[in-house]
Amino acid sequence: MTTASEAPAVGLTHQGSEDTGLGHRGPASKSIVVPYGFWLFILSDMVLFSALFASYATLVHATDGGPATNQLFDRELVAVETLALLSSSFVCGLAMIAAKRKNMQLTQVWLLLTGLTGLVFLGIELFEFGKMIGEGAGPQRSAFLSSFFTLVGCHGAHVTAGLLWLGTMMAQIWAKGFRQDIIRRLLCFSVFWHALDIIWVAIFTIVYLIGTLP
Amino acid sequence: MFGRLTWDAIPFNQPIPLITSLVVILALGGVALWITKIKAWPYLWHEYITSTDHKRLGIMYIALALLMLVRGFADAIMMRAQQSLAIGASQGYLPPEHYNQIFSAHGTIMIFFVAMPFVIGFMNFVVPLQLGVRDVAFPTMNNVSFWLTASGALLVNLSLFLGEFARTGWLAFPPLSEKAFSPGVGVDYYLVALQISGVGTVLTAVNFVTTILKTRAPGMSYLRMPVFCWTSLASCLIMLAAFPVLTVALAELMLDRYLGFHFFTNDGGGNSMLYMNLIWVWGHPEVYILVLPAFGIYSEVAATFSGKPLFGYRSMVFATMVICIVSYCVWLHHFFTMGAGGDINAVFGIASMVIGIPTGVKIYNWLFTMYGGRVRFNVPMYYLIGFMLTFVGGGLTGVLLAIPPVDFIVHNSLFLVAHFHHVIIGGVVFALMAGYTYWFPKAFGFTLDERLGKIVFWCWFIGFHLAFMPLYVLGFWGATRRMQHISDPSWAPWLNVAFVGAAIIGLGIVLTVVQLLYSIKTRDQRRDITGDPWDGRTLEWLTLSPPPHYNFAVLPDVHGEEAYWTRKQTAIKQDQLIDEPDYQPIEMPLSTPVGVICAFFATVCGFAIIWYIWWLAILGLIGAFAVFVWYAWRDEHEHIIPVEEVRANARERRRIRMEHLHELSQST
Repeated sequence: MTTASEAPAVGLTHQGSEDTGLGHRGPASKSIVVPYGFWLFILSDMVLFSALFASYATLVHATDGGPATNQLFDRELVAVETLALLSSSFVCGLAMIAAKRKNMQLTQVWLLLTGLTGLVFLGIELFEFGKMIGEGAGPQRSAFLSSFFTLVGCHGAHVTAGLLWLGTMMAQIWAKGFRQDIIRRLLCFSVFWHALDIIWVAIFTIVYLIGTLP
Repeated sequence: MFGRLTWDAIPFNQPIPLITSLVVILALGGVALWITKIKAWPYLWHEYITSTDHKRLGIMYIALALLMLVRGFADAIMMRAQQSLAIGASQGYLPPEHYNQIFSAHGTIMIFFVAMPFVIGFMNFVVPLQLGVRDVAFPTMNNVSFWLTASGALLVNLSLFLGEFARTGWLAFPPLSEKAFSPGVGVDYYLVALQISGVGTVLTAVNFVTTILKTRAPGMSYLRMPVFCWTSLASCLIMLAAFPVLTVALAELMLDRYLGFHFFTNDGGGNSMLYMNLIWVWGHPEVYILVLPAFGIYSEVAATFSGKPLFGYRSMVFATMVICIVSYCVWLHHFFTMGAGGDINAVFGIASMVIGIPTGVKIYNWLFTMYGGRVRFNVPMYYLIGFMLTFVGGGLTGVLLAIPPVDFIVHNSLFLVAHFHHVIIGGVVFALMAGYTYWFPKAFGFTLDERLGKIVFWCWFIGFHLAFMPLYVLGFWGATRRMQHISDPSWAPWLNVAFVGAAIIGLGIVLTVVQLLYSIKTRDQRRDITGDPWDGRTLEWLTLSPPPHYNFAVLPDVHGEEAYWTRKQTAIKQDQLIDEPDYQPIEMPLSTPVGVICAFFATVCGFAIIWYIWWLAILGLIGAFAVFVWYAWRDEHEHIIPVEEVRANARERRRIRMEHLHELSQST
C-alpha cells in the first residue's frame, strides 16, 4: 500500500492473535498487490477472448457461400508467425533476467529484440490480412470472416498495445533506472506478453490447425 | 469536418427534449455559478475531483447515482403517464419514436448509471473501512474508474440534447439495432457510453478483488470478514468475469454498424441469437452483481439493529459464493423461446430455480437474526422488513418464470416487467436506501432525519406495490411490454393504479431530497460525536465520523468474528480503552487529476466516434495515451502525514470514546 508499510509487512510477526489462516498478517506489500491485480486483469482479458472464441466457433461455418477456412489459411506462414511470437516471449524472459541483475545494456538489447520479433509477428499478420482482403475475403464477406478478423485482430491489437507499452517501458528504464516501481511495471508487462502467447497458441490450434485439416 | 453532426441534431421541433435539456443546462450552469460564487472550486478540485480517497470516491459515486435516479425516474413517470393516456382513441402525448427512446433510456440509465454506481459507491466507502485498512489496493485507478463511469453517464445524457437515444430497448437487440434498421446515432450513443463505463467497471472489479483478498487488517482472516465484504467480493468476481463478455457483445455490434461486419445481421450468415447469448451471459450475472452487495447491506443492518451477531454467518458466506457461481449457469432462461429444445431449457430452468435455495437460506438467516434480538426500528430496519416481505414475492414469480412452459406464455409481457422490478426495487433499491441511511452519518458526521426517512420508506413500499402489482395482472391478460398505445380500454383502471403508484414513488424521491436538505440544515441536532451512532459491530464504526483520510491511526488488530463489537464489549467491561499504541507517520497516496483528464479524452473520443468525426477520435486516443505516459513518469507517489497530526487526532478520538464509555459503563 505504501512504501512505509512495505517494510514491516515483509517480516510482520502478528503477535497476540492466534493464527487464523490465509491473509491474516495485514496488508500485503506492493510487490505482491500490484502483480496480483494485474493477474486479475489478465484473467478478465482471457474471458474477453473466450467470448471471441465462442463467437468464432458459432460462426465458423457461416460462410455465406464465400471461402471456408481450408481455402484461406497458409500453415507455413502461420508457423513462422508463431515462431516469431514465441521467440519474442523467450527474449522477454531474458530481458527480465537482465533487469533482475540491473544490467542496463542487456535489458535494453533484449527488450529491443522482444519488440522487433513482435513487429515481425505483427507484420506477418497484417500481410495475411491484406492478402485475404485483396482476394475478396475481407471481414464484410461473411459472418465467418467477421469473426475470424475480430478474434485474430483483437489479439493483434493487444500485441500493438503491448509494443506501445514496451517502447514506453524502455524509455522509462533508461530515464529512471531500475527503480522498484519500474521493475514492478516490467513484471506486469512480461505477464501481459506471455499471456498473449497463451492466447495465440489457442488461436493457432483452433483457428489455423483445425481450419486447415484436410 | 464534423461528420454526421449538423444543426439538425438539436431537436428544435420536439419541445419535450428541447425544453428538458435547456432546463438541465440552465440548472447545471446555475450550480456552476453558485460554486464559483462561494469559491468552492479549489475545494472540490482537491478534495473530490482529483481525490484518491476511497471515501470521497464512494460519495461521488452515490451522488452520481442519485442524480441519475432523478433522470431515470423522469423517464419512468413519462412512460406511465403515456400508458395511462394513450388508451383507445387517444394517442397520448409521446410519439412512438420518442416513447421508444424513453423506455430504452430508462432501463439503460437505471441499471448502468443508478444501480451500478450506487452499489460500487457503497463498496468504495465501506469495504476498506470494514477491512480495517487505509485505502483500496489501487487508489489512483479507483479515481479513473469513477470518472470513466461519469463519462458514460454524460454521453447518455448528451443524447437528449444532441441527436437521439437508442429506440431498441435497454439491451439493443439486433437485428433491430443494426445499421439497416437503426441508422441514427441513438444506438451508437448507447454502445459507446456503455463501452467507456464498462472499462471503469472492470477496473473497479480488479481493484476490489485485490483489496479484499490481499489487503486486510492483521487478524482479519476470510471468515472474520463482515458479510458486506464477502458479498462485495462475490459481486466483483462476477464483474471481472461478466463485463468482458458485455464488451465483446457490444464491440461486435459496433463492428457490424461501423465497418459492415456480419456478426448479427440478417444477411451474410450473421446470427442474432449469438448476441442474445453473449449479452445475457453478462446480463444475468449482472443481476447478482447488484443484488449480492444488497444482501450484504441487509446483513449488516439485521445484525446491528437486532443487537445480535448475524445468524448463520458461515451459511451466509456459503450461500453468497454458491449464488456467485450458479449465476453463470442460468442465462438461457431469458430466451427459452429461442427454441434450444426441451432438454436445454429444462437444464437452465432447473438451474434458475436452484438459485432460490441459497437465497432462501439468506432470508431465514435474517429472520433468525431478528428472532430473540432487541430489534430497534430505525429506518434501515424498515427497509429490511419491507424487503423481506416484498422480495419473497418477487422471487416466487421468478421461480414461475423459470418454468419454460410458463415462460412461453408470459415471455416479454408486463408480467416479466413486474417481476424484475419486484426483485430490483424490492431487493436492490430498498437495500440502497437502507445503506444510504445507515452509512450517511459515517460519511458526514450526522444522521439523517428519521421521521422523513420513514415517510420515504412508506412512499417506496406503497408506491412500488401500487405501480407493479397491476402489471402482473395485465401481463397475465396478455399485455406485452413496451407498448406506446393501448387498444383495450378495459386495461385502463389497472394502468391508472400503476400511474398513481409511480407518482407515490416520485413523492418518495422528492422527499429524499427534502430529507437531505432538512438534515443538513438541522445537522447540529443529530451530530454523531462518537463515530458509532447505531451501536455497530464492524470496524467502520471504530473510527471517527467522518473518518480521517487515513481511516485508522493504527491498523486495528482483529480478534474474533465481530471485530469492533468484541473490542467495544471488552472496553465497556473494563471501563477503559486498549493501551495507547505507538503512533507512526502515515504515507497516503497523492491526489491526481489523471482520472478526470483521462475521462475527458475518453468522452471526446467517444463523442467523436458517435458522430463519425474521425480526426477528433484519433486526437482523443493520442491524448489519453499521452496522459498515461505523463502519469507513469511521476516520481512522487505518496505524501506523509506527520506523526504529530496522527497522534493529536487519535488522542482526541480516544478522549471522546472514553467519555462515551463511562456513560455506557454506568448505564449497564
